[in-house]
Amino acid sequence: MVNYKKFTLDNGLRVLVHEDPTTAMACLNILYDVGARDESEDKTGFAHLFEHLMFGGSVNIPNYDAPLQRVGGENNAFTSNDITNYYITLPAANLETAFWLESDRMLSLAFSEQSLEVQRNVVCEEFKQRYLNQPYGDVWLKLRPLAYKTHPYRWATIGKELKHIEEAGMEDVKAFFYKHYNPQSAIMVVAGAVNFEEVKSLTEKWFADIPAGETYVRNIPQEPVQTEARKEIVYADVPLDNIFMTFHGPDRLADGYHAVDLISDILSRGQSSRLYRSLVKEKQLFSEINAYVMGSIDTNLFVLEGKPSEGISLEEGEAAIWEELERLKTDEITENELIKVKNKIESTMVFAELSILDKAMNLAYYELLGDANQLNLETQKYLAVTDAEIKKQAKTIFTKENSSTLYYYAKETEHAE
Amino acid sequence: MLNRVEAPSFNAISGIKLIEPKEHRFSNGIKAFEFFADNQDLVRIEWIFKNKYEQEENPMLNTCLSSLIKEGTKSFTSAEIADKVDFYGAYLMPEYSYDHTSLTLYTLTKHSATLLPLIKEILTEATLPQKELDTYIRNNKQKLQVSLQKNDYIARRYFYNHIFGKNRYGRTPDLGDYDLLTRDALANLYAKQFQPENCTLIISGNVSESLLQDIYQLFNEEWPASGQPALEVIPTFDSHIGKLIVEEKADSVQSAIRLGYPTINRTHADYPALQFVNTLLGGYFGSRLMKNIREEKGYTYGIGSAVASLLYNGFFTIATEVGTEVTAATLTEIEKEITTLRNELADVEEIELVKNYMAGSMLGSLESIFSHADKFKSALFSGMDLTYYERYLQQVKVMTPEKVQAIAKQYIDYDKLLKVVVGKL
Repeated sequence: MVNYKKFTLDNGLRVLVHEDPTTAMACLNILYDVGARDESEDKTGFAHLFEHLMFGGSVNIPNYDAPLQRVGGENNAFTSNDITNYYITLPAANLETAFWLESDRMLSLAFSEQSLEVQRNVVCEEFKQRYLNQPYGDVWLKLRPLAYKTHPYRWATIGKELKHIEEAGMEDVKAFFYKHYNPQSAIMVVAGAVNFEEVKSLTEKWFADIPAGETYVRNIPQEPVQTEARKEIVYADVPLDNIFMTFHGPDRLADGYHAVDLISDILSRGQSSRLYRSLVKEKQLFSEINAYVMGSIDTNLFVLEGKPSEGISLEEGEAAIWEELERLKTDEITENELIKVKNKIESTMVFAELSILDKAMNLAYYELLGDANQLNLETQKYLAVTDAEIKKQAKTIFTKENSSTLYYYAKETEHAE
Repeated sequence: MLNRVEAPSFNAISGIKLIEPKEHRFSNGIKAFEFFADNQDLVRIEWIFKNKYEQEENPMLNTCLSSLIKEGTKSFTSAEIADKVDFYGAYLMPEYSYDHTSLTLYTLTKHSATLLPLIKEILTEATLPQKELDTYIRNNKQKLQVSLQKNDYIARRYFYNHIFGKNRYGRTPDLGDYDLLTRDALANLYAKQFQPENCTLIISGNVSESLLQDIYQLFNEEWPASGQPALEVIPTFDSHIGKLIVEEKADSVQSAIRLGYPTINRTHADYPALQFVNTLLGGYFGSRLMKNIREEKGYTYGIGSAVASLLYNGFFTIATEVGTEVTAATLTEIEKEITTLRNELADVEEIELVKNYMAGSMLGSLESIFSHADKFKSALFSGMDLTYYERYLQQVKVMTPEKVQAIAKQYIDYDKLLKVVVGKL
């Protein structure tokens, strides 16, 4: 149970406070309601590039990091297709430093040309390190446009290509800031050895005079229902073949989301899971295999990926995966198996309460979804899922028409066919 | 009018208070420590064994053993073990590190005693089935094939091979090595290593009296000492430093760079001071290497340095991945930073910042009872106790520009670093 109190400033900034007296630290987390899905298709990767620029100095504070490090604090941030999230952890006695820094960059940035130029390079190197210079690193650059044809989820957070990042200009940066970075589109969570009244007065002091800014109305083309099986084949300089399959499934807030998430647990969570037991250990068709749900706010994806064992073709691997998916539609899920995945959810939720940062990020995310208290009701939703619901979801999702399959071949085998 | 230009005043970091464990007496040689906190209904139990080696040290055997111990016991198959652990929402994780192999149980308090008999069997009656060994070999060969396509992995291999030589710290697996793993060798190692006299038990979290009694019954009363003499194989080192190793990869868009050499470990009086100098040079986001090579030049997504402590050695390392066209330039900049560190006095302001940053990190690293246990473990396995951290914080507090320079001159020398580049130079 993560207790919290909430208030909203006149400028629209939503603030949640979680008091945890067992730590000497505090955490200030700000989620901005903007992600790669808000980009235009000719300027992809911008939300993430922008995240880097948020560390390049703000209107009154030329250097963001050093003043924080000087008071014993640390910070970082991440961008996803849905959100951009910034966080600071620091000794609670120095909490005000976090307010000073975060409020100033919400007010306005320094918009330094030098910072833009350097961060374009840094992000290009990040692109290379994570997506280009790794075996299978580019898989999501290929899989997203296969699974999505209309929705901006068809590009990865890092962007479609290096060129989009290289071409980003200062005008784009400014426009993006004014459109998405203001109190209305932010959710702030302060957690740890803090006091609600103290947080409230610090928030008034540092954030109340920031103008509410423009209201952004999200208008994203939604993905139409997929009606035919999609397949793509790529060859790359990798040592082993790999198969990726995706299926559209219920959105994060839709009925059925929790049932589908439990399906991924039944299939691949822990060493007792079905795919690991059956395909890795017993039939020895795969050396590794995984299933997971992306958890996207708009049209969600269920993903399966695996590397077949030596001598097993991707076709054989795919057939074995389908066999397991069919089993979900027809065979009984034993009570034990269902209790097992639910127990795992329950313990994972308790482990997530060990860290004030995790608690703060979760509160912010659930608040964005509509209500922070849903975090505390989440376990109950998983516990309520029935065998019948799982079967129903399996039947709906795991169809050929709803599937996108990527055969990722090692180049050597290209000639063997 | 709000002053947004000036930073708010701040407080010195205080309240770093480490929790002392309660030591429990086991007669079979186990050293058992309890860290109690009841604010979360969680328990972590760790069975930690010092790694044993033959005269010719082959760490692959230890790695493989740590993975195979939960793949079958006298009464349970691999599938049954996995089922039991998952059913209670628990996590049972074997882990191999250079000096120790551990089995860690994470569980909700309410299920904490349930899995103890199973773990007892894993530690005393594992069967190490040939079939599971075959699966392990098959899957790990595939994993290694993938790793061998990563420049940073290849650079790391060269690094350890050359700074340590052919021993537990320096040997890395080749594909063919997997086929040399035998059940006999594993069984032999298992019998030697998983013995009470070689075990440290750390129980942390919301630990009840009855859980402690169950543990005592199973892991003391019902687990007799082996009586085996504790033979210790001391590694011998063969360091090749100062040279440059380049592996060209025609298709690479980035080069992996790794530099370093063996250095002092935690038991040395200068270790906290060296940690300080390392932090300033490359150990945090605001470090000189990050500032120069990422934040000014944009050559990389990240660069960092580290000092690591091992039981019989220690090492200093710098690692990064950079655009291939700036590989040489990056090496030049690293050299420049080290030269500056050795030849020029740092500003007092920078020293103060690093002091506060390190104190804040220490405070932040004590988030839960589990992290208190971790701190204790690090000291214990270096033959020290929690007073180490008092000395550590004290040394950090009294650092001066002169001391930073003296430590840099003594311990950080660009010419002597082993330099590995995988990609293009």
